[in-house]
Amino acid sequence: MRSTIGPALVLLGLVVAWEILHLVVANSGLPSPFETLAQLGVLFQDADFWKETAQTAQAFAIAVVISTIAGITLGILLGMNRTAGAVSEPILVNLYALPKVTLYPVVLLLFGLGISARIAFGVMHGMIPLTLFTMNAILQLKPVYRRSAAVMGLSSFDTSIRVVLPAILPEVITGTRLGFSLCLLGVLIGEMFASRNGLGYLVTHAMERGDMPTVLAVAVLLAVFALLANAALLALDRSRRH
Amino acid sequence: MSLVRSSLAEPSLTVSEPITMVPEDDHHARLVDVTRVFTPRGRPSVHALGPVDLDLRRGEFFSVVGPSGCGKSTLLDVLAGLSAPTEGRAEFEGQPIKGVPPGVGVVFQEDASFPWLTVRDNVAFGLKRTEVDAAEVKRRVDYAIGFMGLKSFADAYPAQLSGGMRQRVCIARTLVMQPRLILLDEPFGALDQQTRLLMGDELLRLWRETGATVLLITHALDEAAMLSDRVGVMSARPGLFIDILDTGWPDERDSRIVSHPRFGELTARLWDRLREESLKHLNND
Repeated sequence: MRSTIGPALVLLGLVVAWEILHLVVANSGLPSPFETLAQLGVLFQDADFWKETAQTAQAFAIAVVISTIAGITLGILLGMNRTAGAVSEPILVNLYALPKVTLYPVVLLLFGLGISARIAFGVMHGMIPLTLFTMNAILQLKPVYRRSAAVMGLSSFDTSIRVVLPAILPEVITGTRLGFSLCLLGVLIGEMFASRNGLGYLVTHAMERGDMPTVLAVAVLLAVFALLANAALLALDRSRRH
Repeated sequence: MSLVRSSLAEPSLTVSEPITMVPEDDHHARLVDVTRVFTPRGRPSVHALGPVDLDLRRGEFFSVVGPSGCGKSTLLDVLAGLSAPTEGRAEFEGQPIKGVPPGVGVVFQEDASFPWLTVRDNVAFGLKRTEVDAAEVKRRVDYAIGFMGLKSFADAYPAQLSGGMRQRVCIARTLVMQPRLILLDEPFGALDQQTRLLMGDELLRLWRETGATVLLITHALDEAAMLSDRVGVMSARPGLFIDILDTGWPDERDSRIVSHPRFGELTARLWDRLREESLKHLNND
């Protein structure tokens, strides 16, 4: 009961604050929650909107799959080799701290204006945290786990599958959760800056036209999607931690 | 077994016969002239252990005490096959130790229970990877869980248990493998004094029940004096045996022997042997 009342109250509070802000600003700059929802209803009837959503969904899905597989694989490789891990960690941390949007022109030069540039930009955002989480989970694995596996006669392959993997899984799920949200961010930024399709483009285009209800409607839709996905991964994360 | 256990009333403390005198068929595990030198890359090498000779007699409870960093854990690693000696020979049941020999179980100081598995799955973990059939696995796991008093926690996860209970899980996990030699590396080091005494009792019970040879590494002199048939005292690094004491306790013993006058004498004798070595370690730091 308590777990549903809390978020519901926060949601209600946000909607009320939004409505008050709308009344204070009192112009078309900030449409009311009701107007936004109405606009969302209009968008849902629009075939073009679904086309843009499909574009974003496609780029995002590919980016998530690439960044998850590549991030975990790279994290495992760097975690297994202490020297490689020690060398690459500061590089990855600094690379991650860079405002990646400044590199977007380079990405565009490399990948062109198509969907691949947006996918690459999504992967750039989502992969590094997952690599760092996986690598640190392996580096910080208690040595006694491996020693126990050795005295119980497990081969190194069995040790990796039955001991190392389940031991690092909670960290990997946390990394995946972060990577998921950041991938979405990367894809949307990519669409906003140099693209003629996708939800990111829809938002920029609506802004240019001063169509604030559409901007907010898409923002709400994306927020709901991101929150639901985050909640699902968080639930998975919690079920793995005992 | 040729080891004669003296009665509790006997007042004298006897240093055991030189260890090479043990009859050949009584050797269970044996270290001959074993040294271990670590050579980390880019740093000077560390002579951690030896040369040491050690004969573990079949079915005895042997403890090793020594100052911190004297190579006690290295000694255990060599016997467990986790670390190869730089020089010398390590044998278990007459065979040279290469890798972890079947029949050897190890309990570590750190909590080694797997947090993603329930108590039951933790205990069954090693056994499930062997040829033992499912019914036998279940029987042994049930027995070990019952023996270690974990019955009502069988479906709990380690995070829900206290430190002492988690260590019991690790002991049960070793027990199901039916080891003939059990090596324990300061298994109660992280526990409070009362829990340690009680865990000592459980260890004695387990030792009597299984008939296994037990080697216990400990820094607690009272623990060594209370639990062991023999106590090996090691010098500061590089670790050598400077004395081996026969405690003369009967097999049927428990933590209540701490009130026996001999317990005090034994502990005092151990400290007498160790004091100088511990000072060396302290001054080296």
